Amino acid sequence: MAATTWAPPALPARSAAAPKRRRWSLGTPFSYMTAFVVMGITLVPILYVVISGFRTSAQINTAPVAWPHPWVFTNYTSVLKSSAFWHYVGNSLFVALTATALTVATGSLAAFALARYSFKGREALFAVFMVGLLFPAGVASLPLYLWLKNLGLLENLMGVALPEAAFSLPYTIFILRPFLRAVPGELEDAAVVDGASRLRFFRSILVPLSRPALTTVAILSFITSWNAYLLPLLVLSNPIHYTLPLGTASFQTTYSQDTAAILAFAALSMVPALAFFVLAERRIVGSLTGALRG
Amino acid sequence: MATDRATLDQGLASGLPGPTLASPGRTGTVRPAARPGRARRRLELAALIGPALVLFACFVLVPIVIAVRYSLYNWSGYGPLSDFIGLHNYRAALDDPVFRGAILHNFIYAALSVVFQLPISLGTALLLNRKLRGQRVFRLVTFAPYVVSEATTAVIWLLMLQPGGFVDQVMKDMGLGGLVQTWLADIHIVLYTLFVVITWKYIGFGIILFLAGLQGVPVELKEAASLDGATPAQSVRHITLPLLGPTIRIWVFLAVIGSLQLFDLVWIMTLGGPANASDTMITYLIYNGFQSNEFGYGSAAAVILFIICFAFALLYQRFALRRDTAGALTRIVN
Repeated sequence: MAATTWAPPALPARSAAAPKRRRWSLGTPFSYMTAFVVMGITLVPILYVVISGFRTSAQINTAPVAWPHPWVFTNYTSVLKSSAFWHYVGNSLFVALTATALTVATGSLAAFALARYSFKGREALFAVFMVGLLFPAGVASLPLYLWLKNLGLLENLMGVALPEAAFSLPYTIFILRPFLRAVPGELEDAAVVDGASRLRFFRSILVPLSRPALTTVAILSFITSWNAYLLPLLVLSNPIHYTLPLGTASFQTTYSQDTAAILAFAALSMVPALAFFVLAERRIVGSLTGALRG
Repeated sequence: MATDRATLDQGLASGLPGPTLASPGRTGTVRPAARPGRARRRLELAALIGPALVLFACFVLVPIVIAVRYSLYNWSGYGPLSDFIGLHNYRAALDDPVFRGAILHNFIYAALSVVFQLPISLGTALLLNRKLRGQRVFRLVTFAPYVVSEATTAVIWLLMLQPGGFVDQVMKDMGLGGLVQTWLADIHIVLYTLFVVITWKYIGFGIILFLAGLQGVPVELKEAASLDGATPAQSVRHITLPLLGPTIRIWVFLAVIGSLQLFDLVWIMTLGGPANASDTMITYLIYNGFQSNEFGYGSAAAVILFIICFAFALLYQRFALRRDTAGALTRIVN
């Protein structure tokens, strides 16, 4: 897991010897079949939700598997017109952006110190941060709730963003440290000779050089925070403060009779995450896999 | 510039100290002046590590410590901590068949993941590890469920699994109507229904992870093996899988830790029911701690969960991940 030499987590380039004779082995059609089956299983639930959102609850109840006939748009338009939906999106965006900014800012500074300064207790300090890798926020949620209550951070979006940032710190430091360490010492010496302070060296040389790793941790932290359910569930009980996952779950219980409306809401709740994903697919997939392959 | 140089040269020539050129870096090498340099370094370190450490201590370490403290009291979350009861909460939790059941369910999820998801995702990745058209589309589609939130996933599947809903209808249309069950209401089936949903959500991540790992297996090795007369199966068994070892071990680690802290999907789809048949440790502690205002008791359950995760992680680090570049955690133990 701990890579001493860190390869930038870009998707592995196709092998250098790419232009090779294209071999049509027996396995190839079988591979395509497998690919189609896997994609089918993945896509069916998503398509079901999106398409059924265009039907009425009555239609869905009489025939669960059918095309919309006629196509009904009111489910979607009423969600899009409701202020609640946009409120949830706004809250989620605020929490995820705040948590991501905090993690990346504090985590990269700490990783810099842990990578390029030698001081007593450095490895111990690193180990303390790494303990956090074992404990996803879920494990600590109940005590965290009590603690946030003491701090007066209940019913406060910062009460969600701060712990989420804290719980993202371990992997942020874990991913960034080897990256910052791999930058050759000669570069630092050269910068110092040119009169740059170490902080200046960090800002002007290390940060631009480690942009891929920074993007990785930012994306990881954003997705984690955007999708979080348990901590917001405990901290935020006023619907005004709901994040999108909380709002989606509560919409389902509130309108449990109106299947079509729930489906439309669920479909729309997927849109921001999926759009972000399609835009940054290479980075996201590369990040997650790159971060894990040591 | 030229005049600066000139005055500097003059200064040096005349043996006088240069006007204002004594840079702090230069004087830093002189013994007595080293002190401010060291103080500055300390300050720098504090400024760099301080914010992260405060954030981490405040929201990760402190809650863990207070959980241990609360777990020793009978406490409803209000008023002072006065009713010290020692380890009673722990004994009560471990004696509760529901909590024991919840722990068992977590272990069942972990075992099912390793037994089913690992071969499926690994096998799929091996099959797809060749030049195919539409790789990007495949990655995009397969990975999508991983990005969709657990809450939305839960709501979608909850609706699809309703009696007479999408899943039942599709099974009837395929002539499998006889196999239709009350997926989420049958205490003997609900665990496995949830496992299918979990698999749907996380299998793509495994496939993509293994595909990325397979890119790191040198083609030359496989070619050499086939020249030496190895069958494709042999080459997978003796070359690909060993080289994929680190990726597999990481996947197993993530899958088990993920199974131990399962909550969102279960909570939204079944609330741990029916009759606690799908409870997990976290649904148990949220229900019996948070919702019942038994914060001392809930904290004890949290600490137990915590110890289980910690023990697993340390043992796994020590015995399974040891061969990979030794992780930071191994160093804690040693």
